[in-house]
Amino acid sequence: MSETPGRQTVAVTDRLNAGLKRRYAAERRFRLYGLISVALALAFLGILFASIIEKGYSAFTQHLVRLEIHFDPQLIDPEGTRDARTLARADYAALAKRAIGQLFPEVKKRRDKRALRSLVSSGAAYDLRAMVLDDPALIGATRTVWVPVDDDVDMYMKGYISPDLPEAERRLSDAQIGWVDRLVDWGFVEKRFNARFFTAGDSREPELAGIWGAVVGSFFALLVTLLLAFPIGVMAAVYLEEFAPKNRLTDLIEVNINNLAAVPSIIFGILGLAVLLNFFELPRSAPLVGGMVLALMTLPTIIIAGRVALKAVPPSIREAALSVGASPVQTVLHHVFPIAMPGILTGTIIGMARALGETAPLLMIGMVAFIVDIARGPLDPATVLPVQIFIWSDAPERGFVEKAAAATMVLLVFLIAMNGLAIYLRQKFEKRW
Amino acid sequence: MLGLTVQVPTKVSDKAKPAPATAPTPAAEVAVGAAVAEAAPSRRAPKMEARGVNVFYGDNHALKDVDLDITVKEVTALIGPSGCGKTTFIRCLNRMNDIIEGCVVSGSVTLDGDEIYDPGVDVVQLRARIGMVFQKPNPFPKSIYDNVAYGPQIHGLAAVRDELDQIVTTSLERAGLYDEVYDRLDQPGTSLSGGQQQRLCIARAIAVDPEIILMDEPCSALDPIATARIEELMDELRENYTIVIVTHSMQQAARVSQRTAFFHLGELVEYGSTERVFTRPRDERTQGYITGRFG
Repeated sequence: MSETPGRQTVAVTDRLNAGLKRRYAAERRFRLYGLISVALALAFLGILFASIIEKGYSAFTQHLVRLEIHFDPQLIDPEGTRDARTLARADYAALAKRAIGQLFPEVKKRRDKRALRSLVSSGAAYDLRAMVLDDPALIGATRTVWVPVDDDVDMYMKGYISPDLPEAERRLSDAQIGWVDRLVDWGFVEKRFNARFFTAGDSREPELAGIWGAVVGSFFALLVTLLLAFPIGVMAAVYLEEFAPKNRLTDLIEVNINNLAAVPSIIFGILGLAVLLNFFELPRSAPLVGGMVLALMTLPTIIIAGRVALKAVPPSIREAALSVGASPVQTVLHHVFPIAMPGILTGTIIGMARALGETAPLLMIGMVAFIVDIARGPLDPATVLPVQIFIWSDAPERGFVEKAAAATMVLLVFLIAMNGLAIYLRQKFEKRW
Repeated sequence: MLGLTVQVPTKVSDKAKPAPATAPTPAAEVAVGAAVAEAAPSRRAPKMEARGVNVFYGDNHALKDVDLDITVKEVTALIGPSGCGKTTFIRCLNRMNDIIEGCVVSGSVTLDGDEIYDPGVDVVQLRARIGMVFQKPNPFPKSIYDNVAYGPQIHGLAAVRDELDQIVTTSLERAGLYDEVYDRLDQPGTSLSGGQQQRLCIARAIAVDPEIILMDEPCSALDPIATARIEELMDELRENYTIVIVTHSMQQAARVSQRTAFFHLGELVEYGSTERVFTRPRDERTQGYITGRFG
């Protein structure tokens, strides 16, 4: 073992080299674990998206059937008064029934007739009524009208009901399938974009159900949440971070805020039920109450994010402002707050996105009710998107499966948009120095 | 953030209290600890007087019984090894220690004979009279113009826009920055180089027309050229302002200051004219520090 002055001995070098190999191997292994984790996470995300899109994309289209509707004055307005109330009350379903009956004159038996009529959605009557109320001159005329088919027919057309199944196990009889096939042969059935899905409220009939009611409900609830949680949360964060003395009490408050952020959301729902509904007797199912409950849930998130953002403002900025004679409030308002604003906004948007996806607390305050009408204000009963998905997932009709998946896609689009906005704001307004 | 725990002394420590600000000069040289008295190099009156100043950070006694006079329109340098209390002392002069959690200041500091730790003193007004420049350049993340204009704006020093423009221009000129930035006043102050940023901070401090400028190691983050520029500037500013500077560089203290105070372990060891302190230090510790034996 020769020892040259100023050089490592051979023994040390050997040991170092042997160790090096092990260290590099460990590093490679560690990176591999990381890669595997990321790949797994991405794979699961991919599977989730693929399955939702695969189930839901068909809900954006709908099959319509072409009917020659004769707007029979005898049925609509036998007295010829053209009174709006009479027009509104007339039996438009009969018009549709007659029209489909005329297409298949050979169907004579009552039971068969009923089976034939059930191919057309009950929504056809609403469409026809809307047409007549819109233009009473239609009465007496004959028009070609495309009306939605029943959800079972729609499912059959989309391939979800197989004609190979034994007749007793499917929702459409052999005869009904035969009629539908003939309608298709004549070119009387067409697949179109399902605008109703985006404009209608909930319905018992899958082919008539839409998410607009839930979107409006979500909008009002989130509006209430934002109006309550943002100012309160930001003021609390600013006070706690910039002005409050550090003592036992503020420590306790801080610990409790952190704990609140971890409370299961249904607890907030129970609180809302007990206090807002039972004690203050606010209306049930109202976005106002939903928004208040969600605000309670979002507050800790906003306060924590706000405090982190304020804490990240370098103290040198505060010193700079104070040293030119700014008062503490001026220091915060003119310098600290503007710098912290992107962080606060990001936290708020992420909190709001969480609130948008929240279901459990809203179940407790009755937003899970079946509500067809679209809310016109935060006091009208309404439901919200995630609860609508929950309701549809629970429904027995096959047609609601695709609706639930499609509504999930819409919800995801909103969530991704909100998170994108948060990232954009952070990138745009973040100041670097 | 604000735990204001400043103890205001009911009585100034009964050490030789010098005559009021207008006193004849010999009184301006204060005997400190080991009695370092000498013929005053300055014929001027003290602008600020510190008497028996003690500072505690929690249990840490950071500054021990410091008596020190700041002479008007001179540069006073505070030197000493790290942790000796020079920064703590300079922050006592404009009550910046108020914002530090758990910091307790006792003793007396007067500005033109008025106690600045009196409960009735408005800190905002005090800081308008005593500007400060920090170790690391800390311009606001706003435009160059707004950086300088901020102080005058909050104090309402300019009635109209023209006046404000005038203040900004003059301040930048005095800080020796105007020629470099006159065509880009709307650009962020943070886009300037380190030395320019520090001069911007000086411009910001003098924009409120203070009487005293405190500089806490203003050149420690700057290269030698930028440092030379700032030192030159200090020499010019001395015409109009009283300057207190904390520095780690003894050469800098020797170059820019008229008076030097040497701190060690929270004590003011020696204080006198810069020339005297550097050529004939009376205390061994001062001698050891300036000759580089420790510190």
